[in-house]
Amino acid sequence: MKLAAPAAIVIAVILPFVVSGYHTFQLAQVLAYAIAILGLNLLTGFSGQISLGNGAFYALGAYSAVIAINNLHLPYGVAPVVAAAVCFVLGYLFGKPAARLEGLYLALATFALAVVTPQLLKLDRLEPWTGGRGGVQIDKPVSPFPSVLDDDRWLYMYCLIVAIVMFALAWNVIRGRTGRALIALRDHPIGAGAMGIDIAEYKAVTFGISAMYTGVAGALGALIAGFISPDSFSILVSIQLLVGGVVGGIASIFGTLFGAVFIEFVPNLANQLSDNAPGVVFGVLLILCMRVMPGGLAGLVASARARRAHRGT
Amino acid sequence: MSTLKWLVVTATGVLLVAGCEQKKRDAGGGSAGASGSAGSAAASTGGATPGVTATEIKIGQTIPYSGPASAYAVIGKADVAYFKRVNAKGGINGRKVTLISLDDGYSPPKAVELTRQLVENDGVAFIFNSLGTANNSATQRYLNDKKIPQLFVATGADKWGNPSKFPWTMGWQPSYRQEAKIYARYLLKEKPAAKICILYQNDDFGKDYLAGLKEGFGDQYDKLVTKTESYETSDPTVDSQIISLHDAGCDTFINAATPKFAASAIRKIGDIGWKPLHLMSNVSASVTAVIKPAGPDKAIGIITGAYIKDASDPAVANDPDLADYRAWIKEYAPELDPSDTNAVYGYGVSMTLAKVLTQCGNDLSRENIMKQAANLTHFAIPVAPPGIEINTSPTDYWPFSQMRLARFTGEHFELFGDVINAD
Repeated sequence: MKLAAPAAIVIAVILPFVVSGYHTFQLAQVLAYAIAILGLNLLTGFSGQISLGNGAFYALGAYSAVIAINNLHLPYGVAPVVAAAVCFVLGYLFGKPAARLEGLYLALATFALAVVTPQLLKLDRLEPWTGGRGGVQIDKPVSPFPSVLDDDRWLYMYCLIVAIVMFALAWNVIRGRTGRALIALRDHPIGAGAMGIDIAEYKAVTFGISAMYTGVAGALGALIAGFISPDSFSILVSIQLLVGGVVGGIASIFGTLFGAVFIEFVPNLANQLSDNAPGVVFGVLLILCMRVMPGGLAGLVASARARRAHRGT
Repeated sequence: MSTLKWLVVTATGVLLVAGCEQKKRDAGGGSAGASGSAGSAAASTGGATPGVTATEIKIGQTIPYSGPASAYAVIGKADVAYFKRVNAKGGINGRKVTLISLDDGYSPPKAVELTRQLVENDGVAFIFNSLGTANNSATQRYLNDKKIPQLFVATGADKWGNPSKFPWTMGWQPSYRQEAKIYARYLLKEKPAAKICILYQNDDFGKDYLAGLKEGFGDQYDKLVTKTESYETSDPTVDSQIISLHDAGCDTFINAATPKFAASAIRKIGDIGWKPLHLMSNVSASVTAVIKPAGPDKAIGIITGAYIKDASDPAVANDPDLADYRAWIKEYAPELDPSDTNAVYGYGVSMTLAKVLTQCGNDLSRENIMKQAANLTHFAIPVAPPGIEINTSPTDYWPFSQMRLARFTGEHFELFGDVINAD
């Protein structure tokens, strides 16, 4: 168990050297998705608040990063930090009133956020910054060591470092005081309140943290695609993140990696299997996945481990 | 320990999926091998360009087969069906054309990913007729950096004909700006003292129109244009805009609206008894989608510009020039509706590509493909109105910069006047 994280990092560092540039690019996208799904898991899996609107923060992070680089001429390394700050503040402010809503009502409020965002991005007044409907291009980071790392691998390593930081942070948050408070809040809000946990404040902060994670992922996603426009951030992004979260295991940290792999590769796989109805194939694969492992991959692993412990091996 | 185990499983899974993908693609590609004899002569020159062999030219595109713009899926299906027939007839200079058409769901990041897949994994020679302004913007820099032709992009935006900055990208249809310039040119000639009112959609589409009119009228713009009104796509109707334009006392009305709002404008103009000279954008010039809902009697006399024929027009349905189009769609794309303008579009744009590849002969280097695309002279396609030609040059990356005007007679749009050039 202690070896899992270092082993994962070693695999992640080696991977881009054994696959092609195109697959390295896809793996970088997987890392961005994993961070976004992690943000959703912190909110939905650990604190029990359902969000259908994290795609909005993904968009916000992407635009913050691009504006930071294109308009404010900040270095690439700073862009995710800017995205994180902007998204944390706005996520917290949105979470402050929204977190008073329960379950499905919160889901609807966040859904509205995701629907509105692409429209807001098209606003004329914001056009000098956002590029309006036409979108904005962004120069991809150029590798400083082209002989060892080409641009694709460099961008992947950059995403990997950000991902390691974000995962380590989540790991510490969840295993500490805050994590216990969040889980208490999810499992028994009244009990948690009686224990002295400030429910409204904790919910709003969790919203902010979740938005921050999603925003960082959006910033990486923008760098990977090299272009953003309102069409890049339809409601489907939020739904994809939810699918990834559930498939990986919604209350899991490392399950997010599997969720990210799923939403990156399974739609392509579905496309290969059927020209006419890739959506149907994707749906069937998703149902199969949930049938075989209802608790996501993390749930499957946990129950396998429990069974083995039961047998006494 | 088991966490470690499933991490390894995941990593292996990634590699497996990636590997399968590559294998499957390769199997899908070069099978037929129709022309052994023509191939051997070309084999020596054919090796340089990815996707080009002695018997095959492999090309790719991304199309929204799913998502909000999936009505355009017809274009991708028509493109594929067109080259199916080309291949059945022996291909182009002995090579069959394999078009890999992928679904991007109208999402720019997906378009980037799939375009990279086509280029780096599938090894296509170039990208042909990918759809959507944002999606093509997203891949434009990548393709130009790699010097890969991005031919005949399917969008009406006004940024594709820019060979000095993006020498590997070329559009196909006339842009909205060019269309507007053609209307301005017509009005300057036929009605130099017009009092003009303009209705436009408040987005890139409408603004391109306005820019074209400004450019077309030049210093006459302020004198001629009495009033402009805009609408948002969230507006229920454009009734109030029409009343305000009517009150301005205009005798000429330019309707730069998309179908739903163009129909609303036609109906309101008829209802209030306003009788301006009415010019309407080509995107709304559909008898079934706009004129019928608005009321054909209210639409008599409306003028629009045409660069391809309206296949939903019953007069066009019997056009002998379209006999080949109808035969093709019946045999190779029976699931498509022959009266769908997108099918006509796919046929026309694919025919243009076939012409470019024929002109390339046996030199299928990317440089030569681009050179030949920029070397089309007086090329007429049967789905374009008579007199319209495709012309390109190393400095003119606009295949269509001409239109003919057509007037609605009560049943269909009838061509009149000469070909008008935008430039």
